[in-house]
Amino acid sequence: MFGWQTGKVVDQEAGNMRSPRNDLSTSADSAILTVAGLSKEYDGTLAVDGVSFQVGCHEILGLLGPNGAGKTTTISMILGVLEPSAGSVTIDGKSLTTQRHQVLERTNFTAVYAPLPGNLTVWQNLRVFALLYGLPAATERVEALLREFDLLPFRNTKCGVLSSGEQTRVALAKAMINRPRLLLLDEPTASLDPASAREIRSRIREFAVKEEVGVLWTSHNMYEVTEVCDRVLFLSHGRILLEGDPKTLPGEHGKATLEDLFVTVAREPLTLED
Amino acid sequence: MLVRVRRISAVLLRLFYLLRGSYARIVPLFAWQAVDIVLWGFISRYLNSVSSSHFNFMPMLLGAIVLWDFLVRALHGVIIGFMEDVWSRNFLNIFATPLSIAEYLTGLILFSIATSLVVLAMMVVLATAAFGLSFFVYGLMLVPFLLMLFLFGIALGIFGAAIVLRWGPAAEWLIWPIPALISPLACVFYPVSALPSSVQWLARLVPPSYVFEGMRRIVEGHGVSLASMAVCTGLTLLTVLLACWSFVGVYRQAIRTGLIARYTAETVS
Repeated sequence: MFGWQTGKVVDQEAGNMRSPRNDLSTSADSAILTVAGLSKEYDGTLAVDGVSFQVGCHEILGLLGPNGAGKTTTISMILGVLEPSAGSVTIDGKSLTTQRHQVLERTNFTAVYAPLPGNLTVWQNLRVFALLYGLPAATERVEALLREFDLLPFRNTKCGVLSSGEQTRVALAKAMINRPRLLLLDEPTASLDPASAREIRSRIREFAVKEEVGVLWTSHNMYEVTEVCDRVLFLSHGRILLEGDPKTLPGEHGKATLEDLFVTVAREPLTLED
Repeated sequence: MLVRVRRISAVLLRLFYLLRGSYARIVPLFAWQAVDIVLWGFISRYLNSVSSSHFNFMPMLLGAIVLWDFLVRALHGVIIGFMEDVWSRNFLNIFATPLSIAEYLTGLILFSIATSLVVLAMMVVLATAAFGLSFFVYGLMLVPFLLMLFLFGIALGIFGAAIVLRWGPAAEWLIWPIPALISPLACVFYPVSALPSSVQWLARLVPPSYVFEGMRRIVEGHGVSLASMAVCTGLTLLTVLLACWSFVGVYRQAIRTGLIARYTAETVS
């Protein structure tokens, strides 16, 4: 499905893997994820302050910002493992608050801070998660993912002894096990070498193109964000500071690259506020 | 319904995968209980040999230790299942799935049932074969005795899991001694009347004390009071409900505070 097992790496620079949609806004009708007025307050401090955005079908939205900007807090609230102080999360037209189980059946994620249990084999981990998501044909789905992610040689290997790249592929296989409508990726290529990172990016890119899915992606690698994301949001101090196309946004704010813009957001966010 | 069964089976399957592939997990499952049987078997045999009366210590002491270890095993079944997720930092992965708290706890309880029954069978075989203990002495009351002890063990296990979820992985050192803390009030080897009168009321709030009182009355040739078993049943069910309530309360607080999302030994206070 992804061409991983054949060693094919899609040429991102050529742009032939861009998703069908590239517009900056997402209509409410086509939105996979709608976040409205989301806030989280810890002991009087606002970690996330009234954030609103949407992720459309086939869209990869980059959620950027310096450490402590509120990215992971936002993702935690979308995953339902952190209760917002205010605001709402709607996934595939269903409210996370009132239809939690239905929403989480259509959502999945991978994050560097949430590794799969290292004391189970690849096959065992994937089978357990297939059942946790209530899949009727769990074994067949696991077998298909092992093939898709070139994990057959590691099916009986404990996840804890895999290399970072192999663990990332297993985590991605788990993230796609329920064919999610919303995929949350919190720094999916962190700690990977450039070749592995490139392969992972092309795999996710292809997934977003072919499947009816929206992807929310966080990364500190601005080259990667420019290459993969259709749209980016810059978070600073829990608020959305900027939004736009990662290729044109730096120029709109007098910066040469997305990394320059990132540094400005991190150090001098007030200069970018209206 | 079928989807719920699949999710519960996932919790169960994960624990059996861990058990199947690890001698370090299988051996302790049986070892300590086997040591207890051997130790108390010899103590009972010795007391029978030096006692001037015709009193048989075997069903009183060795039988009591089998029942007590069954309770401890039920508790450990839940706690170990829960701690496996703590040790592998798996909370974020599992609680971001559609798995509900009720399904999660059901999975842990089913695992506890399976492991407790296997260990009970081992203890019965060892106590019978090595020391001639007959469980027919207790008659049909053995079934409600085991049920009450199992449910109380489950309740302690769920309560212990709530403590660890609330105060972090380091709190596991608070929950392993729970059986030892309760055993004086459970009156495993002596009657409630042997306790100072000022703490007897406390023992009467601990459901296993009724079980062990009943066991001793049967061995002494008396019947078990139905009223005391009714109180025992009520207290046990109340304990189970309180334990589940405390776990759900702690879980909801963990969702509010973000504890689930950043659950590590270093971040929980």
